[in-house]
Amino acid sequence: MNGSLKPTSLVTPVKQPVGPYRIPKHHVFQDHRRFGFSHIMLLVVILFLFIPLIVVIVYSFNAGKSMRWAGFSFQWYAHLLFDSQELWRAFANSFIIAISSALAATFLGTLSAIGITWYRFKSRTYVQIISFLPMILPEVIIGISMLIFFSAVHIPLGMVSIFIAHTTFNLPFVFLLVSARLDEFDFSVIEAARDLGATERQTLVKVIIPAIMPGVFSGMLMAVTMSLEDFVITFFVSGPGSTTLPLYVYSMIRYGVSPVINALSLVLILSIMLIALISRRFLKTIAAAS
Amino acid sequence: MKAIHQNSTRNRRLGFLYTAPMGLWLTLFFLVPLSIIVTYSFLKKGLYGGVEWEFTFAAYRQMINPSFFRVFLRTLWVSILATTITMILALPCAYAMARSRHQVFYLGLIIIPFWTNSLIRIYAWIAVLSSEGFINEALRTLGIIQESLPLIYNQGAVITVLVYMYIPFAILPLFTVIDKFDFQLLEAARDVGSSKWQSIRHVLLPNIRSGIITAVLFTFIPIFGAYTVPLLVGGKDSYMIGNIIVDQVTKTRNWPLAAAFSLIITAVSTFGVLWMLVSTRKERRRMKTGRAIV
Repeated sequence: MNGSLKPTSLVTPVKQPVGPYRIPKHHVFQDHRRFGFSHIMLLVVILFLFIPLIVVIVYSFNAGKSMRWAGFSFQWYAHLLFDSQELWRAFANSFIIAISSALAATFLGTLSAIGITWYRFKSRTYVQIISFLPMILPEVIIGISMLIFFSAVHIPLGMVSIFIAHTTFNLPFVFLLVSARLDEFDFSVIEAARDLGATERQTLVKVIIPAIMPGVFSGMLMAVTMSLEDFVITFFVSGPGSTTLPLYVYSMIRYGVSPVINALSLVLILSIMLIALISRRFLKTIAAAS
Repeated sequence: MKAIHQNSTRNRRLGFLYTAPMGLWLTLFFLVPLSIIVTYSFLKKGLYGGVEWEFTFAAYRQMINPSFFRVFLRTLWVSILATTITMILALPCAYAMARSRHQVFYLGLIIIPFWTNSLIRIYAWIAVLSSEGFINEALRTLGIIQESLPLIYNQGAVITVLVYMYIPFAILPLFTVIDKFDFQLLEAARDVGSSKWQSIRHVLLPNIRSGIITAVLFTFIPIFGAYTVPLLVGGKDSYMIGNIIVDQVTKTRNWPLAAAFSLIITAVSTFGVLWMLVSTRKERRRMKTGRAIV
């Protein structure tokens, strides 16, 4: 300092000699960089999760048909692209079901989340319970009960029954994700809109929906993923001509290792990575919801 | 809570209108099917699948059968073992993730296999474990073994793959609670002289109880109802209740018995959920009085 008026001295902090401060030994607890027991476990689990997937991906480039390495080749990808009509038909079915059931679940789930979060009415608790149960019951139970239901009310098994089943198991997740978003929502904005003369519908369309869009979007992405992923429930409620991708994969892997499935695995894993990347902002909400 | 005008009848009607479509959908396509299952379990088995409308306890009597009982015990044992292993792996994992500066990155790493098609994941294990699989071929190439090791189609394979399939279900809720935990409490415990393990056991674990319960339930219940994993990587002696149910529907065509078994799984799940609700409610009450467990 020394009376210097240099402007820099105003912003540059002056270093004071400080006696050596020893961090108490246990405060290394706080240190994120330390590689402790929990980090080792995390590493082990991540390796455990990825090793089988990596093996399959590596062997998708194998020239041979077995799990013995016989040189590098793209032939199974060529097979997958040009020689697997049945697989792509199954994929198209899966895609149609995923998009339509995700849209339906998102629409119904979002409306319901708005109703439940902001209003009190008689059947509120009932809806809360009934939207929680499908998430916790094992898939086999939901599959069987739907199969018996469809046969009791004479709905033929096919694309329609799969659509109904997928919408049903997607609904609770969308509902939960949107509700989580609504809980963070600043309620006074709605009152402001009302005070300024907006009608119920205007408030919904111009205020509420734009604000909850991220939650709605992540809910829909999750619904699409879960629908594409589902095997057990679809297994029960599908009929002839409505084979979905997981059902097709099932019929193939019953006969052992198939290099085309290896190639398909890489394609699917890459698309999942893309979805995870797109929804990275919501991963924490998704973690809290699942 | 943020309910608008709690007493206004107009808004009561609006809330109902918003919620009715989903409520009706789930009633029709979830609750009604579930009630049909309850009913069917008390009916007589039809000749070619289906049921005859005659009240009977036949399905429940058929359940009291030593071979079914063995499967039930095995299912319980496999579920407990797989859930325990999952929790032992998931707890430190979620802890490391919550304390990391790269939370989203790690979450992504857990979520990618979690979202990958479950059949692809089971298939990947078949490719790794089977007698012509990756491990056996690699060991043979290295000259360590001549005969294939029996790595698949046994109980060990079932438990490994079950842990693999359901560990994300445990990590994600654990991560969420640990992330909300105030880590200064741990340092406080250390400052008053407890060891690292003591502070984790007596401060961290009690405060994340609700997350632990959720994680246990979300792994135990789906494992208890598992069907695909024991079917595809298990042997004849790894059948679980889920497999019996499916066989009763697709092969034996005894729908009442399938319904009765389903009710058992439903009852176990419902019991678990009630347990979770009661204990989280207790915890919330404690939070209200402003006491963290120290």
